[in-house]
Amino acid sequence: MPHRCPTTESAPARWLLIGLALLLLSLFLLLPLLAVFVEAFRRGAEVFFAALHTDAALSAVRLTLLAAAISVPLNTVFGLAAAWAVTKHRFRGRALLISLIDLPFAVSPVIAGLVWVLLFGAKGWCGPWLAAHDLKIIFDVPGIILATVFVTFPFVARELIPLMEAQGNDQELAAVTLGASGWQMFRRVTLPNIKWGLLYGVLLCNARAMGEFGAVSVVSGHIRGKTNTLPLHVEVLYNEYQFSAAFACATLLALLALVTLGLKSAVEQISHQGATRRT
Amino acid sequence: MHNHRVIPGFGLSLGFTITYLSLIILIPLAALFLNAGGLGPAEWWRILSTPRVLAAAKLTFGASAAAAAVSVGVGLLVTWVLVRYRFPGRRLLDAMVDLPFALPTAVAGITLTSLYAPNGWLGGYLAKWGIQGAYSPFGVFIALTFIGFPFVVRTVQPVMEDLGSELEEAAATLGAGRWTVFRRVILPALVPALVTGFTLAFARAIGEYGSVIFISGNLPMKTEILPLLIVSQLEQYKYRDAAVIAAGMLLVSFTLLFLINLLQRQLDWHKR
Repeated sequence: MPHRCPTTESAPARWLLIGLALLLLSLFLLLPLLAVFVEAFRRGAEVFFAALHTDAALSAVRLTLLAAAISVPLNTVFGLAAAWAVTKHRFRGRALLISLIDLPFAVSPVIAGLVWVLLFGAKGWCGPWLAAHDLKIIFDVPGIILATVFVTFPFVARELIPLMEAQGNDQELAAVTLGASGWQMFRRVTLPNIKWGLLYGVLLCNARAMGEFGAVSVVSGHIRGKTNTLPLHVEVLYNEYQFSAAFACATLLALLALVTLGLKSAVEQISHQGATRRT
Repeated sequence: MHNHRVIPGFGLSLGFTITYLSLIILIPLAALFLNAGGLGPAEWWRILSTPRVLAAAKLTFGASAAAAAVSVGVGLLVTWVLVRYRFPGRRLLDAMVDLPFALPTAVAGITLTSLYAPNGWLGGYLAKWGIQGAYSPFGVFIALTFIGFPFVVRTVQPVMEDLGSELEEAAATLGAGRWTVFRRVILPALVPALVTGFTLAFARAIGEYGSVIFISGNLPMKTEILPLLIVSQLEQYKYRDAAVIAAGMLLVSFTLLFLINLLQRQLDWHKR
């Protein structure tokens, strides 16, 4: 009668590895998260709430919500259309199209801002025309939205493409055979199958849209109360040595991250349960 | 020939996809390359061979490679523990691994800085050993490791979950110890995923900006990374220099992604 299974480690080795992983992750993940809240409340709750209740902070929150409210729906519609085109149909150049959709992941956020400056900045290609028509994109809200759309571009498509690829076309073909219209098929057959993957993609897209820093920093011009998003507002406060205020605003973004992670785990669990029930 | 596609919506969805992709991604990137490409090789060389650009490139690629390598080690340990063992708090740990993906980079940046600054919780300990945490190349490395290791975990995890136990059992039957089994049976099966994880972490690290600029201190020639150099060129209205540095960085990143694709295609082919 063997005392331990030969295809696993001895108990001490197991606990050593678990302990090491826990220690590393606590130092590397939990401690930074804890530090955000400790630093934010270092000078008391009064300073904390005062920092959140300034006009600059409120306008930064509004701009962050606006950028997400525009870029997330746009990229969700794009993600659905792109996934529909590349997974339900076969055509030449399909593999290339899938690679191109992933392209923004390989682009530095700074470059995602730079491209818009080169197009629409004062010395950019369309700069003189924009100036002549009294239009402003760079150092203004439209530039921030364009930069956010660029960096959040692939998130929904990236979740949907592998999922829809794995599900195949059988159910859609059955629906068409039974006389369903395109819209009916999408709403009654495809959407229920992909809803969790879609939600997952939207969550990640939204987290990135609200938290983006590099790309919007290049196009924003850091005009307080006008073109600062919440992450940029955090940077401005930090560079002015208003550390408690910077961390107070950072707690909002840390909470956003925690809510995203919580919802993400919940979605994973629900969709996993659904999958096992079906089989 | 009119329409032999059964599932509707092909023209509409593909048309929208290509139009939107062109407007948001392809045309702006083409504008960048046209801007930079119009300058000619001599001008490229003049811009890219300045000591400041070379120093920034060395730091960016060096720290990114070191961070990706350490991410592979940390990621392998964490994945192993998450996949193979059952212990209280495992699911929470699994969810926490995604924190660097979800936490806005500026928040990661200021937090890591406060932790690793000489008067911070961890920086104080490092200082006793004579190591400077924040405001040094080591600080850049810390931030890039924070950003990079989830890529390794999330790439290796599904592969490790799918590893069957047959080979391990066979090896154990033949008298191999656990370490031998790990080295000779498990590790070779994980190498492709580890390489992909390394490349993803490396590619992300090269372009990373928000989490690095606070902790690095941004001294030209010492702790300045390439993305920051692009920003400082832009602030001086040197659009061309910024465009050339950006185009150079993108060429490196695209080559990396292309290599991952080749690798993955080869692996899929092997599986078949």
